[in-house]
Amino acid sequence: MEPIARRVPQVQEHLDVLKERLLVMGGLAEERVRLVTEALVERDADLARRVQASDEPLNELHVEIDQRCVKLLALHQPVAVDLRAVLAAVKINTDLERVGDLAVNVAEAVQRYLQHSPVQHEVDIPRMADLAQRMLRDALDAYVNRSVALAEQVLDTDDTVDALKAEVTVELLPLMRRQPDTIEPALDLILIARHLERIADHATNVAEDVIFMVSGRDVRHHGLGP
Amino acid sequence: MGPTLPSRVPSALSLAGPGRAASAAELPPARMDVRGLSAWYGQTRALTDVTLPFSANRVTALIGPSGCGKTTLLRTLNRLNDIVPGARVEGDVRLDGTSIHAPGTDVVALRRRVGMVFQKSNPFPRSVFENVAYGLRVNGLRDRREIAERVEESLRAAAIWSEVEGRLHDSALTLSGGQQQRLCIARALAIQPEVLLMDEPASALDPIATQRIEELIHTLKQTYTIVIVTHNMQQAARVSDVTAFLWMGTLIEYGRTEDVFTTPRERLTEDYVTGRFG
Repeated sequence: MEPIARRVPQVQEHLDVLKERLLVMGGLAEERVRLVTEALVERDADLARRVQASDEPLNELHVEIDQRCVKLLALHQPVAVDLRAVLAAVKINTDLERVGDLAVNVAEAVQRYLQHSPVQHEVDIPRMADLAQRMLRDALDAYVNRSVALAEQVLDTDDTVDALKAEVTVELLPLMRRQPDTIEPALDLILIARHLERIADHATNVAEDVIFMVSGRDVRHHGLGP
Repeated sequence: MGPTLPSRVPSALSLAGPGRAASAAELPPARMDVRGLSAWYGQTRALTDVTLPFSANRVTALIGPSGCGKTTLLRTLNRLNDIVPGARVEGDVRLDGTSIHAPGTDVVALRRRVGMVFQKSNPFPRSVFENVAYGLRVNGLRDRREIAERVEESLRAAAIWSEVEGRLHDSALTLSGGQQQRLCIARALAIQPEVLLMDEPASALDPIATQRIEELIHTLKQTYTIVIVTHNMQQAARVSDVTAFLWMGTLIEYGRTEDVFTTPRERLTEDYVTGRFG
């Protein structure tokens, strides 16, 4: 995608570093979603605690990437695709940081959930988590490869995650009515599903930013822009 | 060096936040050091008590509105203002720790160590080769082969060799504006200065020629200490490591360029870099 060497290579170097740091951050965020799901499935409260306590690297990257973007904008005045890349980086950065926060929320809910006996249910929370992780990974791959097609796939997957989340509530509400002693753990399952759905939403935001970065097309809110 | 400069601005105007004072201290030691420098043209005061280090292997940009004293400051660094009638200075400028105003200072030798590139490229009406070789001959170099080597080396360092290689004996005046400016940079480099002063080196050039000069500055700082005067704030932001903002002959703020252009300490600097006056 970069067939012509630039006259001012520093801008490209800064953009490359920015991309690399965002990828590190994306990898960390994805890993945390994976671990917290494993904690739920394996009933490993200790693992959930560790995830909850290890938000710092993501937070540091969040600050570092923002600083890099501010510096790039102030000192190099990027335009066109370079400008869109920096703006996209600012937004993707925020989304990834939120994913980290949501993983902490899931970790907290998992620890509470594990204090009760398992709720008998058919809802597929691990599948939701898998989809959310895959969306994150694909959105970041789309960012690296500047692939609009892959970003659009992420947008499509979001509907599946939304549907799964709706199923969780539909299935657990009657159970909570029938057996009030399941209310607490079931509520946590609903919360976990809600957090995972939010993670998928952030992956969707990343994908939308990639489409904007590559094509200049704003697809958010069904393409309401001018 | 102690670049924790006293602010000359009333504290009510200061935007200083905690933890910023140390940022300039991370810079390498000064190659040139301006201390308490004031300058006059006759009765007119052009600089007031300026204290400012120029770090080795860094690009320092002097910015500020017209008449703020930035060109005067630049020209005092190799005593070019000595030739202006009625001009005088107080205070001191040191090069590698030695005062350039000390009695017995060889001004020609000083200008060899502190080279200058002007706003308007000013090649001699001679060949490309002679433009660069001239300074070498004036400095006593006689060996033809050595001269030829140094000319090529300088033209390469100024990123113009590939464009003039085949026309070394054409008149320098046949080159484009951007090429002439790079030729003047090659001419300045030929005598192997330590410090390179640049007075608006790209203001007369188109954007592509400007980018070439900026890229060249980026390369040259590995070898030289560079001081650049520019009216173009975006250029100062792009090319410099350190920015000094002057206003009415006074140094208002000095610091890392990324700080000056994102979170300046002084309200006056903020107003200037955001285009609110000047």
